Amino acid sequence: MTLSPQNAITLRGFVKRFGALRAVDGLDLDVPLGRCVGLLGPNGAGKSTTMKALTAQVVADEGELEVLGYRLPEDSKQARAEMGVVPQLDNLDVSLTVEQNLLVFAHLYRVPSARRKDAIERALAVANLGERRGAKVDELSGGMRRRLLIARALLHEPRLLLLDEPTVGLDPQVRQELWALIDRLRSEGVSILMSTHYIEEAERLCDLVTIMSHGKAVAIGPPQALIHEYAGPEAIEVYGSPARLLEIESAARSRGWRTRRTGTSVSVLHANGAAPEFDGERRVTNLEDVFVLLTGEQIE
Amino acid sequence: MTALRITGAGTTRRRLHRLELAALRGVMVREVVNFSSFWRSSTFSSTLDPTIYLLAFGFGFGSLVSKVEGYDYISFVGTGIVATTVLFSGAFTAMYSTFVKYHFQHTYDAILAAPVDTEELVTGEALWICARTGVYGCVPMLVAMVFGLQPSWGMLLVPLIAALAAFGWAAAGILIAALAKSIENFSYWQSGLLTPMFLVAGTFFPLSGLPGWAQVLGNFNPLYHCVELVRHAVFGFKGWADVGHLAFLVVFALVMWRLAIRRMERRLIL
Repeated sequence: MTLSPQNAITLRGFVKRFGALRAVDGLDLDVPLGRCVGLLGPNGAGKSTTMKALTAQVVADEGELEVLGYRLPEDSKQARAEMGVVPQLDNLDVSLTVEQNLLVFAHLYRVPSARRKDAIERALAVANLGERRGAKVDELSGGMRRRLLIARALLHEPRLLLLDEPTVGLDPQVRQELWALIDRLRSEGVSILMSTHYIEEAERLCDLVTIMSHGKAVAIGPPQALIHEYAGPEAIEVYGSPARLLEIESAARSRGWRTRRTGTSVSVLHANGAAPEFDGERRVTNLEDVFVLLTGEQIE
Repeated sequence: MTALRITGAGTTRRRLHRLELAALRGVMVREVVNFSSFWRSSTFSSTLDPTIYLLAFGFGFGSLVSKVEGYDYISFVGTGIVATTVLFSGAFTAMYSTFVKYHFQHTYDAILAAPVDTEELVTGEALWICARTGVYGCVPMLVAMVFGLQPSWGMLLVPLIAALAAFGWAAAGILIAALAKSIENFSYWQSGLLTPMFLVAGTFFPLSGLPGWAQVLGNFNPLYHCVELVRHAVFGFKGWADVGHLAFLVVFALVMWRLAIRRMERRLIL
């Protein structure tokens, strides 16, 4: 009996406590088959705990968890056999070559011996590392190592891919190269759950996002719909002295519009062409506006 | 036995079991491939250390005493030294490699994200160390043969005895790594437990020369049972006494194996 057969991942009321801390506090999460879902949230929102729970390295205190139709944690091993995981922390074997790393994981993922060679070749091609197959991991750049981590997760042709902060700490060029790779996998029908705190990444790649705060989902939907719902189509970004910014905030609030600080400026949201008295730059709203509105201005 | 179940999609899928061969093989393949990149240094230290002990004690003490318990001293040490290899190449390797893989390289995160459970991970690691130590264990004995240890058919059993003892010690090393909060904590285990056990194992001098209480404690030392069993394999078995030594090593291996799994699970599964 499955919770929802059309989903690759279904979480209902997932709770995880560490001592007195409720790291995840009743999370519902859906990853429909063939979709790319982004899990967004500030540090400490419970993203990493959630990702670890999907491989049963974290066991839920409460709630129902299902991955590819398997109940967790009891059938987790079968679920892991059919999914690939790209961790946030690089855990490649650094003294081995690119090809040896893939060989080891072809065994760990139980790729049959007759298909092992092809699987490794295919993974090398996906990650565009064919020419560096003999290089030790130590000698690779950060971007290449991340591509190798993705290739390693794809050896057994998983139906589901978990990406935990896939582009953290990488140069913008490398990040875009990885986005292209992820987008290609999505177009091939692989279901993807990606945790990230790069909002642009989620906006570009994800069909759906779940925004987490304090261990709960605070908004779920396609990025554009969330932007429309929470931020409106347009923001007015006003620059000025701190005193001026405070004035604008209270003026906007008195008219029922929400504001967010964007460093040296205030963005007035939902104004939608009105409010000529706010002397600022008009810009298109984005997912970052939604994120800050929902998860709070201050970092706790 | 294969349990089948029907899924929502109508396809039949096999449910996976505990302790599967495929998972153990995966863990060991990782070790073997890694070993191929550092086997020289590892083999060097694992075989040279006991050989140095053998030669130092063999020639040093051997000039003072000619016979111990009826054996030539070089033969006495040449057989007992197997326990030293078991400790160095079994327990110490397991302690350090487990701690490094868990703490610094995050290797276990990667392995547990594949279809491998903690039980399989710990078992695979211990089996690999046990196989390696079984081979290394013979090296000082071969050196002793150059210096006059007489060959015997029973020597063929020595790698098996060393491997059995090494499985227990590898599991004990994994257990210590799971209990240690930092790598510095290993000092307490090494100086407080492993070094005394190493010395009071009957390798370099017989337990019979020690005070009564030390002899009693020595009987709880798995290294002592390993030493006795190796010596008797080489020079002739002593009936039920050897069954007792063997039983002790089997129980030690089983207990350490289960404890290592339990403590690693607590570390790895939150």
